[in-house]
Amino acid sequence: MSLKFPIYMDNHATTPLDPRVLEAMLPYFNSDFGNAASRTHVFGWRAETAVDAARDGIARFIGAESGKEIVFTSGATESDNLAIKGVAEYYGAKGKHVVTTTIEHKAVLDSCKRLEKEGFEVTYVPANKEGIVEPEAIERALTDKTILVSVMLANNEVGTIQPLEAIGAITKKRGILFHSDAVQGLGKTPFDVRRMNVDLASITAHKIYGPKGVGALYVRRSKPRVRLSAQMDGGGHERGNRSGTLNVPGIVGFAKACEIMEREGKEEAEKLRRLRDRLHHRFTSELDHVLLNGSLEHRLPGNLNVSFAFVEGEGLMMAIKDVAVSSGSACTSASLEPSYVLRSMGLDEDLAHSSIRFGLGRFNTEEEVDYVADLVIAKVKKLRDMSPLYEMHQQGIDIKSIQWAAH
Amino acid sequence: MAYSEKVIEHYENPKNVGSFDPNDSSVGTGLVGAPACGDVMRLQIKVSPQGLIEDARFKTFGCGSAIASSSLATEWLKGKSLDEAETIANSQIAEELSLPPVKIHCSVLAEDAIKSAIIDYRKKRAAVETLSEPPPVVATEKHA
Repeated sequence: MSLKFPIYMDNHATTPLDPRVLEAMLPYFNSDFGNAASRTHVFGWRAETAVDAARDGIARFIGAESGKEIVFTSGATESDNLAIKGVAEYYGAKGKHVVTTTIEHKAVLDSCKRLEKEGFEVTYVPANKEGIVEPEAIERALTDKTILVSVMLANNEVGTIQPLEAIGAITKKRGILFHSDAVQGLGKTPFDVRRMNVDLASITAHKIYGPKGVGALYVRRSKPRVRLSAQMDGGGHERGNRSGTLNVPGIVGFAKACEIMEREGKEEAEKLRRLRDRLHHRFTSELDHVLLNGSLEHRLPGNLNVSFAFVEGEGLMMAIKDVAVSSGSACTSASLEPSYVLRSMGLDEDLAHSSIRFGLGRFNTEEEVDYVADLVIAKVKKLRDMSPLYEMHQQGIDIKSIQWAAH
Repeated sequence: MAYSEKVIEHYENPKNVGSFDPNDSSVGTGLVGAPACGDVMRLQIKVSPQGLIEDARFKTFGCGSAIASSSLATEWLKGKSLDEAETIANSQIAEELSLPPVKIHCSVLAEDAIKSAIIDYRKKRAAVETLSEPPPVVATEKHA
């Protein structure tokens, strides 16, 4: 099998469409193109049937009781906004306190910031240095004014899996709604809304080999029945929760992607874990000072986030330009701030600048992993030869002891 | 982020990577930036007794633009006098490499590194000159 370039190892950013998903979607673009809300003709009925089947399949995949609990959206960012703002607006009279974590996706963090502007109080519980938020820390943050807790299933940068079942037990006891951004973990680590006492969950298609532009919010209908204040007003679609014509082909694709994950997810996770560990082992056995960011044990099988000390992340990515990955370095962000996730885990800034995130996925092969390992190792060595920090380290100078004159 | 061809060229084939002995009296060393910022440049110059920069070396911890800026700086320094070298401005580096706005600070750091190396060299020269001056003559009374 020959390698195809560029090699894609950034599956936390997005995933390619599985060919089976594309096949399932196509008819809904050209022949069954009806609006699912058209009640008066067969075009609409066929679209509606497809959407209902998708609802049921997705509900089953996440352990929900019924398809009625699925609200389709344009993606997880919208789902996060709907969950947080929708709950805050509906239940705001009960209390104005929300608890979340410092390692959430910006869609959650910025929605919380919006609430703060509107008079809510938000507590951002930090993750520990393993990249995991401890249930006890969440419990300590709860007050009698807390109406919502939001904790992600798995983090997008370091892949660490959060203890949702333990947190869900706490929120259930206290009668507080529990939302989870399950985008990165769906299909890759066990996720069951009933077992974990999750009341709202944001999910998206494009991280599980489905199309971009479609996602869903799971909204529990019993014990308790969760209500929301809609954020998109209009024709009253999705039981009034989210107006807007449904993206039928997207929804069909989403459901197909879930179906494939349900069937093949476990085996795929094992394969990814093997490939990830192979890559990791190559680095640690052929280079010194390679640090793994975040717990290895409680981690998504395809995620490898490492810092190559003394080498800056963007510089390294440029050196491996035929391989698509990402970095926690400030240079790669428009704001020139290094990754807030790594910082909130207590990682020193220089190591945050040296971090690279590899996200292995369904279509990566052992051959690609070996090629990338060879390439990265060679380039890290070359960049270390060019690094004043590596030279100082080799001379036994403690870099932390130097008074840097930052510009 | 699309890099200019010049940045890529300097990055893939950097000029003058390496180190001089910082204790050598003809060498000036500039070390600027900070690991916490993700940018550290060490730039060294070897200066002839006539005050011309004979050679230059650099090592950089930083992104492609930072590496290219410091590599370019070492190329431009060679053959210049110290006074000429002091006039190298970050804007010239940024223009030569077609740096986008978000990367201008890399060229600023390179300019700082040049100046820092020159200051270091001048300080060393001043110290050497002070030591090599003959001790002051003290007048003694002549006894008839």
